[in-house]
Amino acid sequence: MIGPLQVDLLTSHYNYYAVMLLLGIGLYMLVESSNLVKKVIGMNIFQTGIFLFFITLAYRAGASPPVVQEGAGPYVSPLPHVLILTAIVVGVSLTAVALALIIRIYSEYGTLDEDTLKQLYYD
Amino acid sequence: MIEHVPALLVVLPIVGGAVPLVASLLSDRAGWPVAAVTLTAHAALAVWLAVTVVTEGTVSYVVGGFVAPYGIELVVDGLSASVVLLVSLVALGLLAYARRAGPHANTFYSQYLLLVTGLTGMTVTGDAFNLYVFLEITGLAAYGLVASGREASAAVAALKYLIIGTVGASLYLLGVGYALAATGTLNMADLADKLAAVGYDSTLVVTAFGLMIGGLVVKVALFPLHTWQPDAYDNAPDTVSALISALVSTVSAYALARVMFSVFTVEFLTAVPAARWTLVGLASVSIVAGSALAVSQDSVQRMLAYSSVSQFGLVVAGFAIATPTAVVGATVHLLGHAVMKGGLFAATGVIERDTGASAVNGYAGMAERSPIGAGGFAVLALAMVGVPPAVGFVGKWYIVVGAVEAGIWPVVVVLLASTLLTLAYFARLVERLYFAEPTIQEEQAIADGGSAVSPGMLAVVVVTAVLAVALTALVPTLEQTLIDTLPPLLNP
Repeated sequence: MIGPLQVDLLTSHYNYYAVMLLLGIGLYMLVESSNLVKKVIGMNIFQTGIFLFFITLAYRAGASPPVVQEGAGPYVSPLPHVLILTAIVVGVSLTAVALALIIRIYSEYGTLDEDTLKQLYYD
Repeated sequence: MIEHVPALLVVLPIVGGAVPLVASLLSDRAGWPVAAVTLTAHAALAVWLAVTVVTEGTVSYVVGGFVAPYGIELVVDGLSASVVLLVSLVALGLLAYARRAGPHANTFYSQYLLLVTGLTGMTVTGDAFNLYVFLEITGLAAYGLVASGREASAAVAALKYLIIGTVGASLYLLGVGYALAATGTLNMADLADKLAAVGYDSTLVVTAFGLMIGGLVVKVALFPLHTWQPDAYDNAPDTVSALISALVSTVSAYALARVMFSVFTVEFLTAVPAARWTLVGLASVSIVAGSALAVSQDSVQRMLAYSSVSQFGLVVAGFAIATPTAVVGATVHLLGHAVMKGGLFAATGVIERDTGASAVNGYAGMAERSPIGAGGFAVLALAMVGVPPAVGFVGKWYIVVGAVEAGIWPVVVVLLASTLLTLAYFARLVERLYFAEPTIQEEQAIADGGSAVSPGMLAVVVVTAVLAVALTALVPTLEQTLIDTLPPLLNP
């Protein structure tokens, strides 16, 4: 049953649903996909979900961006933006390292498929 | 001046880490001397800091002049001072080992110093988000170090480590988000006050606890989340296995204790018993499962990795019991385990180079061909089992006494059972080393081995073996410092 309360929650909290969706898709790809590059993409989607969560936390209805001006304000909270800027840098570095490792694995084993790799790896 | 030391401890290795890369233009062997100079200075500062904390109490540093709770604060109390000292001395000691054994590339030493930066940062920070950043710096350096193994399988192990490690760190970050949503602050001391004001049974607070601790548990490698660890330890070069096994999980376990005691406090554990019981349960499963898996291993390095799963279960159980005795025990075991496990990995490296043996069966009769390696291995193995004068015994003893005080009997049973299992897999090895007929022929060993053992490598094994026993003498000082500098969390 979807009552008025649920509709209200859906329309007012849709960004949180987007967060949950991204986290779910990311984790699913991470666990279920056997292609290593897709795993890394899944990892990125998972992290993006977390970034969106922080940005959503900072949002305030009717507020302006945190750039101080005459007569502007209230402002959205600038803190999560700064945190996420840092987290994005971390995410990019991780992706770079992961892709470098994948290149090494591919040049050595000639495959990106996890299942094939497992057979080669444990033999 | 002393208040600047926590910041210097982080800055020094990160600056030192950049030097070998630039020096590559001039010399291919510049990495080791640069790392040696940097880490010697780092160790000197760490000793100074530890002495100050023992004599004068907590040291704190305001980063960039932004006062807490708005800015980032570095705080060093008894617990963090002892972990910083451990990180610094182990990293310096293993450098002696790396001189001959390790990869010699300049980039390797850059990563080595970057790892020390991350670990030191995690230890001294007083800010929940800052902890995440240093957690990822540590992670990035560790993934790179694992991948520096000569075989391609090291890259596979590193990728697995990277993916699981990233999920762990991301869960921690998500938990920080929940804590931020509940309180609007990131400073640990400030969070402790404001979380109490929000109410410990609020969904936001409990979720934040679950996610933050859950994420760190992945990094510590407790039982169902440990799968990255054996592959990583087994495939990394010997120096890296010793370094990572001694420090990375140790500092993550420290971070777990820090989050539990400085952010959520003991009152949270009392107010939400489910959180404590989940953690104690997880730790107990880890203690038993890790030991059982270790018994069934064929490769010695994998056996040691599974043994870590079990020992960290013990440490986390000690922290989760959260009586003063148990916390002291967990800290002693945390520090002692780092020395013992690092030493054991160093000893396996020496034995492998001397004899070519890396599997449990291959160890048969190798004591004659690698007397110092085998001797060190035997002492460290018995210390790990918990034979009395060794530090492994003291830690376990305090944890058992703490569990009895708190009336948590299952932990006592689990701990005794796991000690027997630990004895089972270590005694088997020691017995083979000394009393079995060799299965590896001399000529074959020379063909396999090839690279010789240096005095530095032997010194590391001997020093860790001596420390595994001698550290017991420092336990009263450590206990006093912890009780002096952590009063709020030791008075439940």
